[in-house]
Amino acid sequence: MNTTKNMMIVGVGGQGTLLASRVLGNALLQQGYDVKVSEVHGMSQRGGSVVTYVRYGEKVYSPIVDEGQADIILAFEQLEAARWLHDLKPGGKLIVNTQQIDPMPVVTGTASYPAGLMEKIRAKGVDLTALDALSLAEQAGSSKAVNIVLIGVLSCYLDFPKEVWARALEECVPPKFLEINQKAFELGRSCKGE
Amino acid sequence: MKTLLLGNAAVARGLYEAGCGAVSSYPGTPSTEITEEAAKFEEIYCEWAPNEKVAMEVALGASIGGTRSLCAMKHVGLNVAADPLFTASYTGVSAGMVIAVADDPGMHSSQNEQDSRHYAAASKLPMLEPADSAECKAFTKLAFELSERFDTPVLLRLSTRVSHSQSIVELAEREEPAPVPYQKNTPKYVMMPGFAKKKHVVVEERTRKLAEYADTAPINEEILGDTRLGIITSGAAYQYAREALGDSASYLKLGMVHPLPEEKIRHFAGQVEKLVVIEELDDVIETFVKKLGVPVQGKELFPWIGEISQNMVADRLRGIRPETTALEEELPVRPPVMCAGCPHRGMFYTLAKNKVTVLGDIGCYTLGASAPLSAMDTTICMGASISGLHGFNKVRGKESEQRSVAVIGDSTFMHSGMTGLANISYNGGNSTVIILDNSITGMTGHQQNPTTGYNIKGEPAAKISLEKVCEAVGIRRVSVVDPYDLKEFDRVLKEELAAEEPSVIISRRPCALLKYVKHAPAYRVESDRCKACKACMKLGCPAISIKEGKAVIDGTQCVGCGLCKGLCGFGAIEE
Repeated sequence: MNTTKNMMIVGVGGQGTLLASRVLGNALLQQGYDVKVSEVHGMSQRGGSVVTYVRYGEKVYSPIVDEGQADIILAFEQLEAARWLHDLKPGGKLIVNTQQIDPMPVVTGTASYPAGLMEKIRAKGVDLTALDALSLAEQAGSSKAVNIVLIGVLSCYLDFPKEVWARALEECVPPKFLEINQKAFELGRSCKGE
Repeated sequence: MKTLLLGNAAVARGLYEAGCGAVSSYPGTPSTEITEEAAKFEEIYCEWAPNEKVAMEVALGASIGGTRSLCAMKHVGLNVAADPLFTASYTGVSAGMVIAVADDPGMHSSQNEQDSRHYAAASKLPMLEPADSAECKAFTKLAFELSERFDTPVLLRLSTRVSHSQSIVELAEREEPAPVPYQKNTPKYVMMPGFAKKKHVVVEERTRKLAEYADTAPINEEILGDTRLGIITSGAAYQYAREALGDSASYLKLGMVHPLPEEKIRHFAGQVEKLVVIEELDDVIETFVKKLGVPVQGKELFPWIGEISQNMVADRLRGIRPETTALEEELPVRPPVMCAGCPHRGMFYTLAKNKVTVLGDIGCYTLGASAPLSAMDTTICMGASISGLHGFNKVRGKESEQRSVAVIGDSTFMHSGMTGLANISYNGGNSTVIILDNSITGMTGHQQNPTTGYNIKGEPAAKISLEKVCEAVGIRRVSVVDPYDLKEFDRVLKEELAAEEPSVIISRRPCALLKYVKHAPAYRVESDRCKACKACMKLGCPAISIKEGKAVIDGTQCVGCGLCKGLCGFGAIEE
């Protein structure tokens, strides 16, 4: 039986999903797993919908997570959580930053931002944790630290020693921003969401 | 030491370990990081060339000069470099030469979905295809060995999922192959007919030997599981197949996709009950297998278009579909957009306002085609804006000349816009060309180019003046405008469109994402004064939205470019 674990980090280009996936990949490598992290570069990064796949286990083949396969989805934005919901495995965990970022069709008024997304997702019986990661990031000292707040939340669902996360942060975050990100990680880790 | 590396970074590591000494490339997603990562090794001379043809010729020159070399490009870049490619096949190499080409199945960041394996067959060059980062490194090193052993450039085919996935790589030390002394060898390197005719014979003989090698190459690997189903595959498709089918199938994993191993395929086919080829894009392997007279299924099960995935393999071969959860409602799409403060925005706004026909090009500014600016009529390939506009205007005449422009970025202009401009000048055209000079190659993630004044390592370099290049090819009307200054841009545009000779407008302002660009404080909307006329929304700025009937500016995104303030007729937007 395939024991590979599947995670997805989804959000909007520019939200720092790449750094989040690098911290996660670093932690998984330290834990001795085979790891694959698949990123999107180029065109889609310009404010578009972005997804990073993180897979780990004894031996990982495919670099991507497919529909209905994600054990955990870490969503940086509500609409993106809804967009990628079909990739969540039945019984999988969805962690959502409740921030809303209007996509261009909403900005230009040809579409409206769907209301009550969290309630609708919960009504589907999804194991959902929703939190305002942006406020926590601001509390840590920078709105840009949303990514690491969310990695802090995610760490609650992965049974790795704290030192592993500490080292992953040290190795992936530029020294100048380490302190803010350490604080952001702690705030995320101690937050239970709703 | 084990580490997680992007496929592209693993290719760069392979270059380092193989003792490669020269890399010349033009950036293009998904290939860019190969060269960026290679530039971090002091031992390797690296450069951004103005285009892929130049890059490949530089790499060939370095190989003839006696040092292992590489050029990297995206699939469409190989079209640009096809000229040297086909003849480098005839000359062969001195020190090893590798050409990395990254395909983009699914078109994550490309204008077409071509399959580079056809180039290997057409140019009669061997092609290796790694399936993860460890193989990216190993195959790069092997490619240099094969290049020298068979006296041929070697193609290394990547794809988005291999180039942009990180997986574990074991690092090794660098070998330092001694430089090969240069010896003049006219019959080998001067491809005039008398010599080329003889070389073609050598090329055919080499292909035969390479096919023999393919049949013994350990990278063409048989992995036996259940033999009721046999899969022939390569690259990312192998990973999807193995993921979906595990030990319930057997695999012939091809690390070398040209030439293909006839005997290995026959041997594998003889061991399995049913044979299926799983390959992304075209039916290259399938056609070869069919030509051998071996019964096989391929494109009747798997698509010609886009990427394959593990679920697709499970569905097509086992009829297994995943259980999924989704919301019933249709969600608004989130296409990529020009960033807040993007200097291209003001220019496209002006073009849209003047209802100008816009022949576009390849870069971030292709996003000007999207709503609400919708200011682009064509996008074909690097440089096609300028040359296309000339043809468009020649057949449509004066009326068209006065209401059509070409739009091209600084790096794209250096890549293949200059020749189009020379053509306009030489052939008496009257076209208006706008060069978007944002001081960087933007879309591929901020690479330097010949107009920026810096080289790949960020060291000061010769800065080619766009104005002087335009003047030198015979354009007398060259103006420079700040695209944040909408009034001035509008005035210059009208003037140049009306002019009775060709002109170039250089729209100059650095990319708002460049680190050295200082941002002004964010603007905000005085909501009492906002009449919700939505004039500001015509800019398509991601920082502006309408909330509860009033315009709102997102202060975390706004960089204070002030375009929206200039458009507000009610003075509702303030610093």
